[in-house]
Amino acid sequence: MSLTTILQHCLTGISLGGAYALIAIGYTMVYGILRLINFAHGEIFMMAGYFMIFSMASIPWFISVPLVTAATIILGVAIERAAYKPLRTAPRMSIMISAIGVSYLLQNLATYLFTAIPKGYPEIPFLKKIFRIGDLSASLVTFLTPVLTIILVFLLMQLINHTKVGMAMRAVSKDFETSRLMGIKIDTIISITFVIGSALAAIGSILYFTDRMSVTPFSGTLPGLKCFVAAVFGGIGSIPGAVVGGFVIGVVETLLVAMGYSTFSDAFTFLLLIVMLLFRPTGLFGEKSTDKV
Amino acid sequence: MLKISDLYVAYGGIEAVKGISLEVPDGAIVTLIGANGAGKSTTLRTICGLVKPKSGSISYLGEEITNVPTEQLVKKGITLVPEGRRVFPDLTVEENLKIGAYLRSGEDLTEDFKWIYDLFPRLKERSWQPAGTLSGGEQQMLAVGRALMGHPKLMMMDEPSLGLAPLVVQGIFDIIKEVHKQGVTILLIEQNANMALRIADYGYVLETGVITMDNTGAALLSNEEVRAAYLGKKRK
Ligand SMILES: Nc1ncnc2c1ncn2[C@@H]1O[C@H](COP(=O)(O)OP(=O)(O)OP(=O)(O)O)[C@@H](O)[C@H]1O
Ligand SMILES: [Mg+2]
Repeated sequence: MSLTTILQHCLTGISLGGAYALIAIGYTMVYGILRLINFAHGEIFMMAGYFMIFSMASIPWFISVPLVTAATIILGVAIERAAYKPLRTAPRMSIMISAIGVSYLLQNLATYLFTAIPKGYPEIPFLKKIFRIGDLSASLVTFLTPVLTIILVFLLMQLINHTKVGMAMRAVSKDFETSRLMGIKIDTIISITFVIGSALAAIGSILYFTDRMSVTPFSGTLPGLKCFVAAVFGGIGSIPGAVVGGFVIGVVETLLVAMGYSTFSDAFTFLLLIVMLLFRPTGLFGEKSTDKV
Repeated sequence: MLKISDLYVAYGGIEAVKGISLEVPDGAIVTLIGANGAGKSTTLRTICGLVKPKSGSISYLGEEITNVPTEQLVKKGITLVPEGRRVFPDLTVEENLKIGAYLRSGEDLTEDFKWIYDLFPRLKERSWQPAGTLSGGEQQMLAVGRALMGHPKLMMMDEPSLGLAPLVVQGIFDIIKEVHKQGVTILLIEQNANMALRIADYGYVLETGVITMDNTGAALLSNEEVRAAYLGKKRK
């Protein structure tokens, strides 16, 4: 492989990694605050894909993007309210099982409503425009994804570290009861977490599917799992960890495919999960104490 | 200011509080003493809405608050310094204080910070340190400071002297007196019955969920039974 080809694949990998990172943040933030692995997150991402297909059928992209983001947020928050909130004081296993239930429910609902036949993903014309930098050439979305990811992560970190809501989120993630004693409405803070996670999943979905052409009811499963692994790899609960994990998985997966090991690329992700859990269960940037897990 | 009548609290089938009645007058220091598992923490947690009572009523400033959510009680001026301090370990000392004033949005907190840092100069030196790295005594100061940031009318404290060196305990009690002097009503739980009864206007003795005695602090302090059970003195 020539250097240009390698760089070309790295670029593709970084772009895929950016989309993964955006989705992985949703897993890590929900885990951070509820100690819940939100198995439905991949399906939220898939539903965002369908929302975009239907929206773009009649509405231009610049209205569709905020509209789809809003619809995905509503879906994410509705799931939290209906399936997780009533189980707030139940054992953690119950809420985990509820999440798995929601995941299958959404998959089956999508199959019922949209059939299992792949639906073509709409093109946002300017995102598909080919750009060249030196010898590298790729569509705009490939360049845009990592840049947008970094900007969004930067804004999110500002929100969490330097605003009152962010401070409340950090407090709630440590101690529900004491947070309430400060006058914080924990349900509101948890909803805000789902708003952010779902919004990033919607944006990740648009960037991801623009390069993939079609959506099926099962399109969320594998990316969802990979992003979950990315979050665990980075240290679940840590936002920078999820971002690094997303990029690592995106790049390695793309390079493995490029080297002809495409059958092996998904297996790699799970191998990474096993190795990480064996040797460093808290992940790259994970909290030391695992008392709440 | 606070009036509890015939309060019952149960966890599942186990009754932890069995029909207690007590009163905290405006501007007083009232203490609740009792052995481990007597139901002291349960009583405070029920007052501030963290635990739902089985029956009975709690009123505050003449208003029924028995099933009012915690966040609203905080807004009305009731605060709890919880058992075991419970500072937010990842937040800095300054952020912990700031979050104590969470409901006072938009207000200028400069004066409040000055007030707290005057009360606890140790906290000022450590304002940028994550609270989890503070010593036990410093965390207790922070927990008290955090509660004060909300401008409480009624401050409830659950064993503020737990696990602290005698000198630090003295310091905490001095602060309680100081805060009281500034007009805050105090409901205090203590294992350290001696110190608590000394500063209290009135005291209640709680035994396995029932109040067995109540009197002024001074009277309880000289009571034979109290001395034998809680002050480690032999009966004559
Ligand atoms: N969450 C809970 N679930 C079940 N039982 C509980 C719970 N919290 C307290 N109890 C029980 O209620 C009783 C009273 O507990 P509480 O914490 O009020 O005691 P306490 O007087 O504060 O004791 P200590 O001085 O040890 O703090 C105890 O028997 C305890 O085991
Ligand atoms: Mg207690």
